[in-house]
Amino acid sequence: MAEKENNANGNRMNRRDLLKGLATVPVLGAFAYGTWRKRRQDHIRNHRLARELNMSSGSLEYNRYKHDGDAIRLGIVGFGIRGAQLMKAAGFVPSETIQELKNSAEKDSRDKRYEDFLKQDDLNLEIKGVCDLFNVHAERALAASANTGREGTGGTMGTPAKRYATYQEMLAADDIDAVIIATPDHWHARIAIDAARAGKHVYVEKGLTRTLDEVYAVRDAIKESGVVFQLGHQGRQTESYIKAREAVEKNLLGKINLVEVCTNRNSPNGAWVYDIHPDANEKTVDWTQFEEPCEEKHSFSPERFFRWRCWWDYGTGLSGDLMTHEYDAINQILGMGIPESAVSSGGVYFFKDKNHYVNEVREVPDIWNAVLEYPHLDFTLMYSATLANNRNRGKMIMGHDGTMELGNSLQVYACSGSTRYKEKIQGGLIDPNLPIYTYIPGRKNVDSVATATEQYFASRGLLYTYRGGRRVDTTHLHIAEWIESIREGKQPSCNIDQAFEEGITAAMAIMAYRENRTVVWDRDKQQVI
Amino acid sequence: MKNTKYSTWQFWSFVILRVAIGWHFLYEGITKLLNPDWSSLGYLMDSKGMFEGLFQSIAGNANLLNVMDFFNIWGLILIGAGLIVGMFTRIAAISGIVLLAFYYLSHPAIIGANYAIPSEGSYLWVNKNLIELLTLWVVILFPTWKTVGIDRLLFNKK
Repeated sequence: MAEKENNANGNRMNRRDLLKGLATVPVLGAFAYGTWRKRRQDHIRNHRLARELNMSSGSLEYNRYKHDGDAIRLGIVGFGIRGAQLMKAAGFVPSETIQELKNSAEKDSRDKRYEDFLKQDDLNLEIKGVCDLFNVHAERALAASANTGREGTGGTMGTPAKRYATYQEMLAADDIDAVIIATPDHWHARIAIDAARAGKHVYVEKGLTRTLDEVYAVRDAIKESGVVFQLGHQGRQTESYIKAREAVEKNLLGKINLVEVCTNRNSPNGAWVYDIHPDANEKTVDWTQFEEPCEEKHSFSPERFFRWRCWWDYGTGLSGDLMTHEYDAINQILGMGIPESAVSSGGVYFFKDKNHYVNEVREVPDIWNAVLEYPHLDFTLMYSATLANNRNRGKMIMGHDGTMELGNSLQVYACSGSTRYKEKIQGGLIDPNLPIYTYIPGRKNVDSVATATEQYFASRGLLYTYRGGRRVDTTHLHIAEWIESIREGKQPSCNIDQAFEEGITAAMAIMAYRENRTVVWDRDKQQVI
Repeated sequence: MKNTKYSTWQFWSFVILRVAIGWHFLYEGITKLLNPDWSSLGYLMDSKGMFEGLFQSIAGNANLLNVMDFFNIWGLILIGAGLIVGMFTRIAAISGIVLLAFYYLSHPAIIGANYAIPSEGSYLWVNKNLIELLTLWVVILFPTWKTVGIDRLLFNKK
C-alpha cells in the first residue's frame, strides 16, 4: 500500500497529506451531532417530566443554627448507649473515646468519624448536671462534660458537671436550663413532667412514654409549662423526608391507599441484647431507684438493667423503640396523625433460645406487625418488624398513580395502572420501571432522571457519604434545632403535638398486642377505647 | 513495519478500530463533564481486589478525589479526541492503556467480587476493560496515524 510508506523524501505537505491527515476529523462532527441529539432528547424528557411533576429543583441547604448569646446549661439524665450519642451530638465526648476515634482515623484515612465530630457546630452549651444510676456511666458522662475542647487523652479539661443521685435534685438546681432525658422508657414521663414543672426545657428520647396515661400527662405538663419540648426523632432532619413531603403535596402519587414501613435487624445488639457491664453490681447500680416506677419489684438483675427493652416493666419493645421512628417519618410526610384503629400481632419467636438470654426470656415480641387504619383518609399504614433478619425493606408509600420508595434517597415510580400518567406511559415519556423522580441527598442537582449508576451507588450508600461538609449527624441537627428553639422561643419540628400523636399511636399498637383486640381512637373525645 | 504490506481492508479496519475506541473514550469523558454531579467517588468506594485500600483511600480524601475526577474527565476527552483525529496518538493510546489499567485494577473481574453495578455480562479475570486495554495495545502496534491522522501533518513532513 503506497500510502503506508514513509513519506519522508522531503516533499512539502501536499493535498494528499492534508486529506489523509484530516480524514477522521469529520468523525468529531458526527460525534458532536450525536451528543447534541442525545442531550436534547434527555433535556426534553426531563423538562416535560419536570413540568408535569412540578417538583422544586436544587437540594436543601445545610441550615446552620445560630448559637450566640449566653451558653445554655444542660442536665443529662441517662448516659447509656443513646445518652452518650446525644451528648456527642451536643458536642461532648469523653477524651478516651475521642482518642480512640483519633487513633482509628490515623490508621485508616477513610474513617471520618473524628473529622466529622470536630466539624460539628459548637452549640454554645455547658453540661452542668449528670444523673445516671450506674456509677461507670455517670463517671463517663462527667468526663464528657469536662471535655469542652473536644480533646483526646492528655488534653486540657474544663470543669466537670455535678453528679446528682436523683433527677429531682438536679431539677432543683438553678444552674440548669434544660434537660436531655435518655433513660429507659418507664422513667420518661415522670422526669419530663417534673422537668417541665421546674421550668426546664425538655429533650426526651422516643418512645415518648411507656403507658397510654403517661402520654396525656406529659402533654398536659408540657403545654401548661410552656417549655420548649423536642421528642428524639432525629428523622425529622432527614432531607429525603422533606422532599418526600413535597412530592406528596404535589400529588405525584395520586390518592394514597397503602403505606408499608419496616424494621429489619438481625443481631443480638439490634434485639436489645446489650452487653452487661462487668462492673455492674448492687453497689454500683442504684437498682431500687431503677425499679421505683414499677408496680411489681424484682430482685437486682443486671440483665434487666442493661437489656430493659426486653420487658414490659420498662419499655414497649418494637412499638416504642422502632415503630415510632417509622411512624414519625410517615407522619412528617403525610401528617396523618393518630389512626382510627390499631391491631397487631407477633411473638417471641427467635430470642427464646438459651444463648439469647442470661436468666430470663424476654416478654416483648421479636417478630411483630401492626396495622393502623385511617378510614377518614382512606389508607392503611402497615408496620412489619423482625429482629432476626436484616434484609432491607424500605418505606413504601403507594398511591393510585405512583409509588414512593424512601430511605436516605427517594424514588417515585409511576404506577402502570395510573390514571394520571396513563397517556404519558402510552406515549413513552414515562416508563413505569424507571423512576420519574429521584432525590439523592447531597447531589447538586435534583433532576427527574438520575443515571442508573448514581442510583446503584446511592442505594448502597456509596454516594456523597464522604464528601465535603455535607455529611451531618441527624441527631446533632435535631439537638441543634431544639437548642435554637429554646434561644428563639420557637417550636421545634418534633414538638409536643407530634409527640402526643406518636405516643398515643405507639400505645394503641402495643395495647392491641397485649390485650389481643382492636384498639380504637375516639377523635372527638380524644380517648382510646 | 519494514516488510509488511497491508490490504486496504486491513489498514482501514485498524483506523476504524482506533476511531471507535476514541469515540468511546470521548463520550465517557463528555458525559462526565456535562453532569455536574458526576464523581468517581462511588466507583472508587466500590473497589475490590488487591488495590481496594488504595482506591478507597483516594475516595476518602476530598482534595485528591477532585484531582482524580479532573484528570479522569479530561484524560478521557483528550485521549478520545486524540485517537479519533490521530493527533499525538501514541501518547493518547498509552495514556488510555494506563487509564484502563486503573479501571481494571480497581474493579478486577476476580472470583468472589461483586460490584454495586452488576455487570451486563459474565466475566472471569478478563473483562471489557482488559479487552479494550489490549485492543489499544494492538492499535499502538499498527500506527495508522502516520498515514491517517493529524500526526501525519505534524511529524511526517520532513
